[in-house]
Amino acid sequence: MRHFIIILLLSISLPLFSRTIIVGNNQPVRSLKIAIAIAKNFDTILLHAGTYKEGAITLTKSLTIIGQNNPVLDGEKKYEILLISGKNITIKGIQFRNSGYSAMDDYASIKLVDASHVTIENNEIFNSYFAIHISNTSFVTVRNNRITGSPKSEQLTGNAIHLWKSNYAVIENNHVQGHRDGIYFEFVTFSSIRNNLSEKNIRYGLHFMFSNDDTYFNNTFRNNGAGVAVMYSKKVKMENNHFEQNWGPSAYGILLKDISDSYILHNTFFKNTVGIHLEGTSRIIIERNIFTGNGWALKVQASCENNDFHHNNFTGNSFDIGTNGSISLNTFYKNYWDKYEGYDINKDGIGDIPYHPVSMYSMIVEQNPYSLMLFRSFTVQLLDKAEKAIPSLTPENLS
Amino acid sequence: MEGEVMMKLSKYVLYDILRSKIIIAYTLFLFIVSISMFQMEENSSKAMLSLLNIVLIVLPLVSLVFTTIHYYNSYEFIELMSSQPMSRTRILLSEFGGVSISLLSAFLVGVGIPVLIFSADATGFALLFTGMCLTLVFASIAFLTSVIARDKARGIGFALLLWFYFALIYDGLVLLILFSFSDYPLEKLTLLLSALNPIDLGRIFIMLKMDVSALMGYTGALYKDFFGSGTGILFTTGIMLLWMLLPLWLAVRKFKKKDL
Repeated sequence: MRHFIIILLLSISLPLFSRTIIVGNNQPVRSLKIAIAIAKNFDTILLHAGTYKEGAITLTKSLTIIGQNNPVLDGEKKYEILLISGKNITIKGIQFRNSGYSAMDDYASIKLVDASHVTIENNEIFNSYFAIHISNTSFVTVRNNRITGSPKSEQLTGNAIHLWKSNYAVIENNHVQGHRDGIYFEFVTFSSIRNNLSEKNIRYGLHFMFSNDDTYFNNTFRNNGAGVAVMYSKKVKMENNHFEQNWGPSAYGILLKDISDSYILHNTFFKNTVGIHLEGTSRIIIERNIFTGNGWALKVQASCENNDFHHNNFTGNSFDIGTNGSISLNTFYKNYWDKYEGYDINKDGIGDIPYHPVSMYSMIVEQNPYSLMLFRSFTVQLLDKAEKAIPSLTPENLS
Repeated sequence: MEGEVMMKLSKYVLYDILRSKIIIAYTLFLFIVSISMFQMEENSSKAMLSLLNIVLIVLPLVSLVFTTIHYYNSYEFIELMSSQPMSRTRILLSEFGGVSISLLSAFLVGVGIPVLIFSADATGFALLFTGMCLTLVFASIAFLTSVIARDKARGIGFALLLWFYFALIYDGLVLLILFSFSDYPLEKLTLLLSALNPIDLGRIFIMLKMDVSALMGYTGALYKDFFGSGTGILFTTGIMLLWMLLPLWLAVRKFKKKDL
């Protein structure tokens, strides 16, 4: 027992013996590389203001590196700036800029490989290929970073925050813009993405593949080339997010492809070409969301089944729902549709005749996109009215 | 001197129209409908949608029928004026001036004021612009048909037929064409087709403000790129002007040679 207490005390007090190494132009140690070389585990390196051009830096020790007054690590457009492979590492308050570009390797400003318990916070990353690239890492926290890329084309730009085969990651309060994908998840599990703002990225604000048991909430995805894509995943929870102004021929608030057993709650979809596009999804609950001013609030492909849409508000959308099939295997109930023209005699706040959210014309546009030019014309309105009276094209049981 | 006479003549035409009270009833109708739309709907965008229908359907119809009836009613006045030392061009143009000013002011008071009060944004201004253009275009077309047609019944019938064509049949034909040739790239064709009907042109102009999210999908991006750009706005205005001036010019040409 006594041995145990001694060991315990030792292990607690071990960090107390750690040293602080100061790196700066007027300090004995002028190079971060040297500081890392002489540091021992649990030491802290204080990086003073200045621009450091040290090429590729590798960090495998358990160190805390803190920038003071915004020091700059410059990759001179040639190098991967910081490679981290270890555990219990913190990188804080440093500005990274100009990482290298390579068509062969995924150069990044900060790359984590086979690491764990790493915190990356309060950093600024400019003009990188990949900004933060994380693979095979667990318990990583990426917080309060500001990442700005210089968008060129999809091929020449990497992702802002890229995670591959990791788990227990927390991505929060970051502001990312101007990269290929804002946040990229592939084979990432038990992780959460929260309070981030991802905007003006070339492709997706958030790109999510083969990642199960994750949550994302309170994020804003705005004006991205193609919105947000969540694909080939299950048990994903999406809550309180804002999807705004994702415009384009294939831009979506959320693109769901082969998703199952997930929740979409309390989100706002505002002025997207398509609010949610569902393809091959099943057993999803879409509840209490607000769809306003979208081209199509929902596009539910015929390959979707057993999804529940309820308590959502649909206002001011050009089309409420578009679909390519004639039968619907999903359930819609207790939604608010502003295009509803029925009556409510018993005043219980629920319309007495069902609403058919799929208009005849949305079916026509689905088949022949060019006919969008006739939208809102008198002829089209007559067609819609005729279809409402005698349904033939639109899914009958979708109401 | 001549211009002064024309102004005077237009003024008489205007007085004459105001005396008939139809234009006042039309103004009131537009005003009451617009106000009640904005009052009844919970958000102004839905009211704008209903107003869009008024502008695209009712406005051309009233413009056509009113102008035609006015032309035949003042036929004797026109005959009288022709016996005076005045060019026929000026007589017809001052008639057009009087009619279009009265129709325009009816629209601006009846729809313009409510829109400015309740929804003075880009969509609202696009709606007013389109409404003004369509009023003038269809007044001009009505002058052409009236000059051509021999008697009142034929003139009105012709006007109604034209309205039916522009408001309804044309779009049906376009839909038919789009489906028949759906295997071909139709971007350029749809642009051309939209220019061949002033109602469609005006509708697309408003839609660019109203349904911009939907228009960004599919071919919509093309519309947005084309009509949304500076050249597009110039194109819309130019085609609209053409639609106003061409029928009027033809009408004047015909009227000059006509045996009254």
